[in-house]
Amino acid sequence: MSGTIFTRNRSVSIFITVLTLLAIAVTALSEGYGTGALSVSFTKVLGMTLCLCLAALAMDLVWGYCGILSLGHFAFFGLGGYMIGMWLMTARTEQVVRANLSEAVIPPTEGEITAATASQIFSVVGATDWPWMWAASDSLILSLVLVVAVPGLLALVFGWLAFRSRVTGVYLSILTQAMTLALSLYLFQNDTGLRGNNGLSGLQNIPGLETVGQDRISIWFFWGSALALGLAYIGAAWMVSGKFGNIIRGIRDDEQRVRFLGYRVEIYKLFVFTFTGCLCGIAGALYYPQAGIINPDEIAPIASIYLAVWVAIGGRGRLYGAVIGAAAVSLLSTYFTGGRAPNLDLGLFTIDWVDWWPVLLGLGFVLVTLFAPKGLGGLVDLIIRKDRA
Amino acid sequence: MSTLLEVQGISVSFDGFRAINNLSFAIGAREMRAVIGPNGAGKTTFMDIVTGKTRPDAGTVRWGELGVSLLSMSEAEIAQAGIGRKFQRPTVFEDQSVWDNLRLSLKKPRGPIAALFDRVSDADRARIAEIAAEIGLSDALDRMAGILSHGQKQWLEIGMLLVQDPRLLLVDEPAAGMTSDERAHTTALLKRLAEHHAVVVVEHDMDFVRRLGCRVTVLHEGSVLAEGSLDHVMADQRVIDVYLGR
Amino acid sequence: MIRVFLAALLALCLATAPAPRATAQDAAMGPLQALVQSRADLVADASRRSVGEVLEILIASELPGVPGFLARWQARELYQRQSDGLFVYVQDADATPLTLIDIDTGAVIGTATSREVAQLRPNRGVQTVIGSALVAFQLAAEDPADRLAALAAIDSAPEDIHLALVQDLIAVETDADVLALAEVLLPRLVIAFDRDDADRIAAIESLAGNVSLSARATLNPLLATTTGVATALPEGENIARVLNPGTDIDRDAAYAMLVAQGLAPPLVSRAEQRDILAANVIEGRVAGLPVAQLGTDDARDTAYAALVAQGLAAPAPTAAQIDESLAAHVFFETYREASQAVTDAASATLGGIDTRVAWFRALDLSLDGLSLASIYFLAAIGLAITFGVMGVINMAHGEFIMIGAYTGYVVQTLVPDYTLSIAIAIPLAFAVTFAGGVAMERLVIRWLYHRPLETLLATFGMSIALQQIVRQIFGTQARPLTPPDWLAGSVAINDVVSISSIRIAIFLLGVVFFVALWLTLNRTRLGLEVRAVTQNPKMAASMGINPDRINMLTFGLGSGIAGIAGVAIGLFAQVVPDLGANYIVQSFMTVVVGGVGNIFGTLIGAGMIGGLQKFIEWLNPTNTLAAQTYMILFVILFIQVRPRGIIALRGRAAGD
Repeated sequence: MSGTIFTRNRSVSIFITVLTLLAIAVTALSEGYGTGALSVSFTKVLGMTLCLCLAALAMDLVWGYCGILSLGHFAFFGLGGYMIGMWLMTARTEQVVRANLSEAVIPPTEGEITAATASQIFSVVGATDWPWMWAASDSLILSLVLVVAVPGLLALVFGWLAFRSRVTGVYLSILTQAMTLALSLYLFQNDTGLRGNNGLSGLQNIPGLETVGQDRISIWFFWGSALALGLAYIGAAWMVSGKFGNIIRGIRDDEQRVRFLGYRVEIYKLFVFTFTGCLCGIAGALYYPQAGIINPDEIAPIASIYLAVWVAIGGRGRLYGAVIGAAAVSLLSTYFTGGRAPNLDLGLFTIDWVDWWPVLLGLGFVLVTLFAPKGLGGLVDLIIRKDRA
Repeated sequence: MSTLLEVQGISVSFDGFRAINNLSFAIGAREMRAVIGPNGAGKTTFMDIVTGKTRPDAGTVRWGELGVSLLSMSEAEIAQAGIGRKFQRPTVFEDQSVWDNLRLSLKKPRGPIAALFDRVSDADRARIAEIAAEIGLSDALDRMAGILSHGQKQWLEIGMLLVQDPRLLLVDEPAAGMTSDERAHTTALLKRLAEHHAVVVVEHDMDFVRRLGCRVTVLHEGSVLAEGSLDHVMADQRVIDVYLGR
Repeated sequence: MIRVFLAALLALCLATAPAPRATAQDAAMGPLQALVQSRADLVADASRRSVGEVLEILIASELPGVPGFLARWQARELYQRQSDGLFVYVQDADATPLTLIDIDTGAVIGTATSREVAQLRPNRGVQTVIGSALVAFQLAAEDPADRLAALAAIDSAPEDIHLALVQDLIAVETDADVLALAEVLLPRLVIAFDRDDADRIAAIESLAGNVSLSARATLNPLLATTTGVATALPEGENIARVLNPGTDIDRDAAYAMLVAQGLAPPLVSRAEQRDILAANVIEGRVAGLPVAQLGTDDARDTAYAALVAQGLAAPAPTAAQIDESLAAHVFFETYREASQAVTDAASATLGGIDTRVAWFRALDLSLDGLSLASIYFLAAIGLAITFGVMGVINMAHGEFIMIGAYTGYVVQTLVPDYTLSIAIAIPLAFAVTFAGGVAMERLVIRWLYHRPLETLLATFGMSIALQQIVRQIFGTQARPLTPPDWLAGSVAINDVVSISSIRIAIFLLGVVFFVALWLTLNRTRLGLEVRAVTQNPKMAASMGINPDRINMLTFGLGSGIAGIAGVAIGLFAQVVPDLGANYIVQSFMTVVVGGVGNIFGTLIGAGMIGGLQKFIEWLNPTNTLAAQTYMILFVILFIQVRPRGIIALRGRAAGD
């Protein structure tokens, strides 16, 4: 019952070891620092996958441990991306503008540079002024704060409203889905200030790192993503291993009992909901500079449902399950929908994976729910138990 | 004898059905009380009101020496004020060990931050061991609560109330579904508890109530029909009518 | 009457035109050709001034070919042969060679290349004058349809002279339709062209309470204003209001007006200032200041001031000067219409009309909301029933709607008669989706009854798969589901309130469904069992009700209703694979707001969601996305007040 989190939860040491080995292997095979066996784009896919794993880890905390099936956590993920995206886009565009204006006879004033930057960014939506929500976009520090604060605040306000009125179960899921839809519709509008359905683009260009090639930047982001995932895993394992974990699992299994034991269930739910919202924000802020573009489609409710699906396939209530599920399903999705998978010729009928993968995923998901409610993580449990036996 | 809980003239109705009708009830600090009554008499609703799950349409519920109103408090606040409730169906956290069940019920700060940084002190350990001995589960601490027998789950739930150190225990049908050995054990446990706590037992089983040997309150159609010793109330014609029908 | 007018027109033309010249007539020419040849130069080179003379002669001749000739002339379909100046029509203007037609007989008289004939191109003014003469002919026509057409032509381009024409027509007209149209037209012409203000005001007041578009289009131009500026308010103008800079009119705009009128010196914008500085760079310096230091507004101001001092740039007005200029002038709006009595009457009448229009708009909006509500009701009721009875949210519900719509499409490809195909499609869609629902319940949902959250995800899996399979079969492009003709139009009460027939049909369908479901749930054995299972499944089971069977039937029923809703939605929306996904969230919201286990709840929920969405769209009509955003926010806040919906089960049965 004591000792560090590494001895209390065996999966932590294993997970950190695997993650470290993966990082070393990817570095050694990368174009930036190694043999070049892994292309830059694939390195980015791996880094992005780690970010998705981080989001799935958060989803597992909130759903697998605390029993709140949130269909809104990918919205927090997207918000994190938007927050860092605003800084990336502003800083990058400002550099371009400065370079253009440096040729001018009269040196430009700061006001002219800001105005020119704004008109460059917002001309696609027919605007030239800075929307209020870009106020912090000229400061990296502030933007980093917002990466955590904005999704956190949204989660806090929404969670407070929902948990206070004791909305639970399926009702809560629908409400979170509604929140996600409202947010994506809001972002889709051209006049709300985040460039409507154009989204933010060119995020792969990191200001200040122009001289560094994408081959190195991709590896740096991979390391950053791995570090974030590792730290989050340790933190999450620490959270769920103690009394806090007992309480939130209690809330999942019998909310009423926990309440009659004197715990304010709403506060715990709100704590977990907000904390995981912040985690998703961080994951998104790491993901989108690797993806290079973010638009409101990313936030659509279906993305959040996929997040839940990954966790369910990986196995709820096990941190490694969430990570396995997210990694496996998102990598397979990338493989099958990227057009790289060979078509399956069945004689009469040819299966084109790009088209049939969603069907396979949907049905596969139904089967997992029916026959393997504990997901892939459940298999790991079976193996471990065999070891012990 | 000082009054610990005083319920005055509460009424509550669900869609026109009056589940509780002008009910008044009081219990002292170290008293055991059995509440009996036929189905639909309002026993569970009465407990719901005291523990804050249901808000009455009228009436007052006062608690402790200061006479604090419980009506404006949440379930969690009422529980923290010292009222523990055992449900009719045993509700323990089946996915967690007996030790964990008891640990999270320990009387300690209830906030999330406190829970995150909670460490099991020697005093906690001693307290858990003590309660486990009391409820006869000393050997089962490492077992998952889900694999306990029905009776053991009932005891564990009582144990979870005890580690909270409550002043009033509300126990709903503790003997339901128990073997006669387990009933005897439960009777003894409740009697011991009543030495230090106020205990309200809701029960159907007259034999069990008789063995508890305490005052009895009979509920019928949402109000108190009779109160007194078991023999006294059983002699009451109205109680006989209610229980035997006319 | 018309004849009288023509004579008057003639007299008018005579007064303005020079006296006719005598011309030699060729014996071979028809009478019309001869007549036209007598004024050949005036026809070929007509001006607004001179065309009257030709018209007068033509009208006076009373030749049968004159109206046709005028129509062709006006439409630029009259040609003149270069060789002999003969006027001809052309059979097909794009053909080579052109086939020439005699203007009297209509007979083909030869061919010519486009170089050999010249097309006559009367200008706009000439066309208008010819048109008016033509209208006079048409208004005198025997056929009421021709007279209606003439009035319609006046309606689209009213002219001064039409006023008398229409007044005369009303005096003699017997055909009710023509008279009605003429009487609608008359006030408009009076208001626009009558010279007596009293008549105009009477005409304006006759329009009071008339919400038609044409009435509003008549009155609005009377209140058109122009913005002006002067040192003092001008006398004798019909002033609409005085504009106060800063409140009624933007200060920058006000100053720009002053500049445009030459009443104040122009501002020098930052960009202009920079350009002037750039133009005055001498050896890397502007007015002595190094260029490199000009990166701030202050430095630029200093340099510019120095340029002004050297006389190299115009001084920019200071803020105080701008204030002074604005204060020294008065800004105002004047009506284009000179008579104040007329504008007062117009604005009073229009105000009354606007109020009525607002009420009708509200009515129209309510009808829209009602129709949207019935759609949501149809889409959500199946969901509400399954949720109420089984505690299961079916994420694939939208896909059942979509399958219903595609069933309708498939039926239409097989049965070409639209009425018949819809009549077949509705029960068939019910059957198909009922079967699908039962199959899904048996295969998937039955195993997950105690895990509602997992049901949600499993049905979501079904939803992805179903959507993608349909996409594979039918492709991504929209498939038509065409309503029968009797449903295609719309019912218009006036120019403000109208509702398409299809929406009325959907509303009626919703009513039928509501009644049918209510009867099923309250008057049948199945309904009793369903309600029993909804309220207390365990108790129901112990009473001998087989909850398994009830669940299966309920799920089938819910899906079947979704199928029918799909046919209804498909009739006005595009049938695409994600049709259902577009309705599912609104359906969820309806269930959440309405509460479960009671069809009245769903009805009220649908009414609230539909009405609210239309209401928000009305507040912000340009942005339907925003309407949805705010509606969802409302639902989230609504849950604070009624966490279990409008009609919720209470007491212990509701559980927790």
